[in-house]
Amino acid sequence: MIESLIPVLAGAIAAATPLIFAGLGELVAERTGVINLGVEGMMLTGAIAGFALAAETGYGAAAGLPAGALAGAATALIFAFFALSLAANQAACGLALTIFGIGLSAFIGQHYVSYSLPGLQPLVIPLLSDIPLLGPILFKQDAVVYLSFITFAVVAWTLARTRLGLLLKAVGESPESAHAIGYPVLGIRYGAVAFGGAMAGIAGAYLSTVYTPLWVQNMSAGRGWIAVALVVFATWKPLRLLLGAYLFGAVTILQFHAQGLGIDVPVQFLAALPYAATIVVLVVISRDRRLLQLNLPASLGKPFLP
Amino acid sequence: MTPTEPRLALLHITKRYPSVVANADVSISVMPGEIHAILGENGAGKSTLMKIIYGAVKADEGEMMWDGRQVSIANPAQARKLGIGMVFQHFSLFETLSVVENIALVLDEPFDLAALAVRVKEVSERYGLPLDPYRSVHSLSVGERQRVEIVRCLLQDPKLLILDEPTSVLTPQAVQKLFETLRRLSAEGVSILYISHKLHEIKSLCDSATIMRGGKVTGTAIPRDETPASLARMMIGRELPVCEAPAYTGQVKPVLEVDRLSLVSDDPFGTSLANISLTVHAGEILGIAGISGNGQAELLAALSGEQTVDREAIWLAGEAVGHLDAGQRRAKGLVFVPEERLGRGAVPSLSLSRNALLTAHRQGMKRWGLVSYQKAKDFAEQCIARFDVRCGGPGAAARSLSGGNLQKFIVGREIMLAPKLMIVAQPTWGVDVGAAAFLRQTLLDLSRTGVAILVISEELEELFEISDNIAVLAAGKLSAAQPKAATNAESVGLQMSGLFNETAQPTESSHASA
Repeated sequence: MIESLIPVLAGAIAAATPLIFAGLGELVAERTGVINLGVEGMMLTGAIAGFALAAETGYGAAAGLPAGALAGAATALIFAFFALSLAANQAACGLALTIFGIGLSAFIGQHYVSYSLPGLQPLVIPLLSDIPLLGPILFKQDAVVYLSFITFAVVAWTLARTRLGLLLKAVGESPESAHAIGYPVLGIRYGAVAFGGAMAGIAGAYLSTVYTPLWVQNMSAGRGWIAVALVVFATWKPLRLLLGAYLFGAVTILQFHAQGLGIDVPVQFLAALPYAATIVVLVVISRDRRLLQLNLPASLGKPFLP
Repeated sequence: MTPTEPRLALLHITKRYPSVVANADVSISVMPGEIHAILGENGAGKSTLMKIIYGAVKADEGEMMWDGRQVSIANPAQARKLGIGMVFQHFSLFETLSVVENIALVLDEPFDLAALAVRVKEVSERYGLPLDPYRSVHSLSVGERQRVEIVRCLLQDPKLLILDEPTSVLTPQAVQKLFETLRRLSAEGVSILYISHKLHEIKSLCDSATIMRGGKVTGTAIPRDETPASLARMMIGRELPVCEAPAYTGQVKPVLEVDRLSLVSDDPFGTSLANISLTVHAGEILGIAGISGNGQAELLAALSGEQTVDREAIWLAGEAVGHLDAGQRRAKGLVFVPEERLGRGAVPSLSLSRNALLTAHRQGMKRWGLVSYQKAKDFAEQCIARFDVRCGGPGAAARSLSGGNLQKFIVGREIMLAPKLMIVAQPTWGVDVGAAAFLRQTLLDLSRTGVAILVISEELEELFEISDNIAVLAAGKLSAAQPKAATNAESVGLQMSGLFNETAQPTESSHASA
């Protein structure tokens, strides 16, 4: 019985990987007080940039992921210019960025509609993969999944243990105070937004070059929005975000299996299930308003000009 | 070795803004170990000058000498490197971070919180400013937050410490402790620039003073040799105005009665109210002292009706109104002047006549749901004339007025509604001395016409000037109101630190039997 769960859980880990990248990036940006609703758009620009470079160079994901990161960061900088330097409304700028990303990726993607890529073979880690149960779930994955583990560890450690992490939190809480004691608030926010863009770009490129290595228009399919929601419901804490992402991944894989078993439920309903389940569970576990308010970056969404 | 070179010398500093000259030809020099006061009203240019010293603003003209060398300070980090520390008036702390995290952010050294926490404890105890390094800042009292700011400066081995209005949020006892710390620092050779408009503090603490008015230096003085009156003359250019409080001769009846009001705050940084009872009579001003954050915001919300409570908890002229919202209570004769003038008292971008409409619309300014702008304008014009509001007329945007004039307009607007009860928060916060005196006299005159007034203020002197009775709000609890003549600043100060609970309870007997 448990043995049959292994492919489901292993699949869940892979399905969650784009959410982990995009979510961690958005979490870092929001910690500094910037809410970027353009994650979906940045993911799509990253996806098409990664796919195009992977397809044209023939290097696959090895070229696709860096290209996705660069494209995501570049798109994020457009947002940063309007929302930070010009202090425009962050929600409006983010929405515009999403629409822009959807359009741009569809436009460039016209040429690639019938293309497919080889994808990545799983990288079996010796010894660790022999651990019963956990080994085949965690350590028979592709290299990018391992990269997501490392990214999570680095981001969580940086936020909790380093001066940089403290500074990000401080800027998000009171940009005025951070400015008063002499920190470059706009520079720090630019950096955090660019990091968020790069992470969203990697998430998109993973989708298009590894997870489903063929080009489909609008292939992020709302995962960018789930990433934004995850950050809030995770109360800006990396570990909760990780758990939320894996929950989404697990329901995604389960509903595929349900479809395969021919359960008499409309496919569209099953496809919507991961989104609905993730939101419902997260709302329930984070319904403590005090917890939300205590962790909420106080300046979230508010423009700051020195 | 006697110091001959001034620690800091400013020579002919000038700073112009598009509409105003903030500093004109200002020269100041401070010796090592000297406590030097910068005395002046709001808008005299003190803050701009301090920002220039701290590198947050760049002067247009003039020179700055540090230990005899000419320096130009481009940013606060550079100022800190020279040994200049600043304690801000509005603290620059991060509420959700701990004390030691807050301090780590300004120190230029390897990141090691555990080691730093030890040093924080050591320094804070050496200077009599005890602090727990791991407490979150949001759980600290205002006085403790100021300690964090000061300890943060001390850890950088400052040679010059700038304090901007440091006592505006402290109890009288906390002020004495702060002064002890500052004297100790000065004895160790640290120069101190002390910005204030409180004359008796400067007289008791400072070695020398520079007095500023309208961006210029209008005089220097040895505060010990001056009287508060002579300092005030230099500061505002005329005698310090005094309020007159005639006796009330009308009918005495309760107007506002609060009966065992309790309110749980759902803001994690808020304070819950516990069992508050008070009465304000016609013709009486009740002053509520206390440091903001002790339930002031919650009490104001409950009284004004922004937060509704149990029906029987609040009575207005004999009628239970606890369940009514702000609009319904206003219809029954309550008016409210909030602390934030721009944003709650008035809409910054709207003209004065439109701002008049906000609360005065019941004065026949609308017919069949349509607004008569002419009537609103007439109302605003009357208010401007009657309350001496200096502005560009009823069409001027609220934000274009100085703090004092806008407050006169807002208070005037509410008085013209002929209220039974007026609730005022921080009536003269950030207002110049002249306007403050006018506002206090206006409130006194209003109360003597039979209006009940409740004033919540952090300024003890103000409360003692205008109130008939004084109560203290500390940690969400209200002390019993006492006639002004029966109390004094020291005892109110003790109550502000929450001591009235302990003194009220007869715990002696239980100790004796044990």
